[in-house]
Amino acid sequence: MNLLLRNGRVIDPSQGIDEPMDLLIEEGLVTRAGSNLRAPASTETLDLSGAVVAPGFIDLHVHLREPGQEHKETIESGTRAAVRGGFTAVCAMANTVPPNDERAVTEMILAEAQRNGHCRVYPIGAVSKGLKGEEMAELADLRSAGCVAASDDGKAVVNSQLMRRALEYTKMLGIPVIAHEEDPFLAQDGVMHEGYYSTLLGMRGLPASAEETMAARDVILAEATGGHLHIAHVSTRGAVDAVRRARQKKIRVTCEVAPHHFALTDEAVQSFSTNLKMKPPLRSEDHRLAVLEGIADGTVDAIATDHAPHHFDEKNVEFDLAPFGIIGLETAFAISYQMLVKAGHIELSRLIDLLSCGPARVFNLPGGSLAKGSPGDLVILDLDSEQKFDRFESKATNSPFTNLSFAGKVLATVVGGDFRYRSEEPDPASTKRPRRKTK
Amino acid sequence: MRSPATALRSKDLLGIEPLTPEEIQLILDTAEGFKEVSERPIKKVPALRGQLVINLFMEASTRTRVSFEIAEKRLSADTLNFSASGSAVEKGETFLDTAANLMAMRPDMIVIRHKHAGSPKMLADALPASIINAGDGAHEHPTQALLDAFTIRERLGRLAGVNVSIIGDIAHSRVVRSNIHLLTKMNANVTLGGPPTLMPAEVEKMGVRVVHSLDEALEGADVVMMLRVQFERQGKLSFPSLREYYNTFGLTPERLKRAGDNVVVMHPGPMNRGVEIASDVADGPYSVILEQVTNGVAVRMAVLYLLAGGHMEG
Repeated sequence: MNLLLRNGRVIDPSQGIDEPMDLLIEEGLVTRAGSNLRAPASTETLDLSGAVVAPGFIDLHVHLREPGQEHKETIESGTRAAVRGGFTAVCAMANTVPPNDERAVTEMILAEAQRNGHCRVYPIGAVSKGLKGEEMAELADLRSAGCVAASDDGKAVVNSQLMRRALEYTKMLGIPVIAHEEDPFLAQDGVMHEGYYSTLLGMRGLPASAEETMAARDVILAEATGGHLHIAHVSTRGAVDAVRRARQKKIRVTCEVAPHHFALTDEAVQSFSTNLKMKPPLRSEDHRLAVLEGIADGTVDAIATDHAPHHFDEKNVEFDLAPFGIIGLETAFAISYQMLVKAGHIELSRLIDLLSCGPARVFNLPGGSLAKGSPGDLVILDLDSEQKFDRFESKATNSPFTNLSFAGKVLATVVGGDFRYRSEEPDPASTKRPRRKTK
Repeated sequence: MRSPATALRSKDLLGIEPLTPEEIQLILDTAEGFKEVSERPIKKVPALRGQLVINLFMEASTRTRVSFEIAEKRLSADTLNFSASGSAVEKGETFLDTAANLMAMRPDMIVIRHKHAGSPKMLADALPASIINAGDGAHEHPTQALLDAFTIRERLGRLAGVNVSIIGDIAHSRVVRSNIHLLTKMNANVTLGGPPTLMPAEVEKMGVRVVHSLDEALEGADVVMMLRVQFERQGKLSFPSLREYYNTFGLTPERLKRAGDNVVVMHPGPMNRGVEIASDVADGPYSVILEQVTNGVAVRMAVLYLLAGGHMEG
C-alpha cells in the first residue's frame, strides 16, 4: 500500500522545509513531495490540512528491559509506547538481563523487534563485559550484529583506561561511546540532586560535580583519542559547558538531554513521589536553565527520553528504596512542545530537529529526513489539541506527568509507509484529524 | 501574630515545616498543662480512653519510643509497640503492606519512626489514622523540636530573639531540621556550627547563620544545642578522627565560657561523652539535658491530645 499525505504542514529541518505540501510514500520510501500530487493506484490518501508532518522521532536512549525484566517492559510494549509518542525508531540500552554484551543478545533483540516490534529498534552494545567496567565487550562483533553505539548506561565507565580504549576502538568501528557521567565516589548513595531541597528533605545528595567531573574527563579522552563521545542525559550547567567548549575546539562530542530535565526541578521532590527519582536527578533551577540555554544555542544535539520503566510495586516504596528512572516515550513530544516551543525558547522546526534529524545525525541512523529516497518514517502532529496522560501504552506507569495535560498531540505514526499508531479518541470538533479516503 | 489557634489543622504531625506559629504556640501551651499531670501521685488523665495508638518503630529508638509510650499511657490510650525486627518486615513485606495490615486493626493513631525520609507522609496519604512522625531519616523529628522549644521557653521565658547555636553533625540530623523550622518560625536566631563536611548544601537558605568555628558559634549564644556525631554513618571522610573532632568542636567548660552567663546547654541524645560534649558540661550547672527528656513526655501528650481532636480550653 502506498500513502499520499495531502496538505500537511511539512516540517523537515534536514532540507530546511516548513510549508504545506503533499507527500507520497511508495514501497516504504518517500518518493515525491510537492503540491497537487497525483495518487498512483492503490494509494491511501489522507487530507492533513492543519496538521504537521515531520520526520519520525528517533529516541537515542530507551530501556526496553527485554531480555530479562519483562515484568517492567517488553520490546513489544516499549515500541508500542514509542509509536504512540511519535517515535519511529528507538535505541535500546544494553543493561538488560543478561546485558547486551555479546552477539547472541543483540540478535535476540533484533529478532524480537522484527517479530513483535512496532517501530525500528537499534540495539546499543555494552562497553564492558557484564557491564562490570573491567574488560571491553566484543564491540566489533556487536557492531556487525547491528549495534549502533556502545554504552554501559546505568553506570559510568569509571576506569579511565577502559574509557580511553573504548573511544579508540569504537573510532575504528565508526560508532560512538555513550557515556553515563557519574563519579560513583561523589554520587555515593545519593537519591536526589544535592542542593537546598536535599537539605530541606534530609535526603542524600547526588552532587552536580559527580556528573561534571566525569564529563570533563571524557571530553579530554575524546580529544586525546579522536573517538566519538556522546554524553547521555546531560543535566548540569557544568556538563553543558563542557560539551560547548569541546564543540568550539572541534572535539567529537555530542550530547542529548531528557525532557524531565528541562521540564522539572528538584523542588518537585518535596512530594516524595518516587516518580521524581531518576539519574541524573532533577536538578535545581539554574541547571535547568543551563540545559535550556544548551538547547537554544545548538550545544544539544538531541532530545532522548531515557525511558526507564519500572513495575508499580517497585516504585511503590519509600523514596530511598525505589529504583531510579521514569518512563518518557509517550510524553516526550507534548512536554517538549510545551516547555520549549510554547515557552518561546526555540522554534518548532528546531524541536523537530532535536527529536528527528539530530538523533539520526549523531548516531548515523536512517531516517530523520523526508527527502526523496528516505525511509517512510514520519509523524503527524496536532499542535492545538490538549492531551491528558491518564493512561500509557508502556507496561509501566512511572511517569511524573500522569494526569497532567499538555498541548501538542501525536495523531499518527508511520513506519516504513505503514501506520503503526493512530490516535484513538476522535475529537468531533476538530477537523484536523486525518481523514481517510482510499482511491 | 494572628489570633491564637485552638486546634491543629491537619490530622497528622509530619513535621514542623507545615505548622503555623500559632499551632506551635498551641502545642507548647497545651504541654504546660500536661506537664503538671506527670507531677501528680496518680499520673493519668482519661483524655484518650478507648483510643488505640500503635508505635511503629522501623528503626531502633529508646528515648523517643519510651517517651511516646509513657505519654500515651498517661492519656489512658491503649498502646501497642511494633518494631521492624522480628516482624513480617524481615520476611520481605513492604512498609505500606505492614501499615495497611496494622490499619485493618483500626488504630486511631500511628506513631512512626523510620530511617527513610518521607515515610510518615506515605502513611498519612494512604491511611485514615492520625500519623505522628517520630523521626524520618534526616528529614524531621517534630516532637523533639517541640520539646526543645518547650524547654527553652521554660528556662528563658520566650523564644523570640533568643540566640540558639546548634553544633555538630548538621548534615545527618533530623533534629536540626525540625529545630530550624520551629525556631525561625518563632523568630529565634539560629546559628549552625560545625565543619563544612558536616554542613548540608545551601542550608543558609533555611534562614540560619553558618560558622565553622566553635568559639564563633558560642559567642553570645543563649542556648547551645550539641548534636551527636554519627561517626558510624559517615565513614572517615567527613573528619579524620574523634580525637580531632573533640579538639575542634567538642564542648568543654573552658570553651563554654564564651557563651552568655545564663547559657542553656541542650542535647537531644544519645550523647557521646568525650566526643561532642565533655562530661563536665553534660552534667554541669548549665545542662538541661534531662529536663528535655522530662518535657518530652508533656509535649508528646499535648500532640497526641490535640491530634485526637482535643481543643485548648478557651
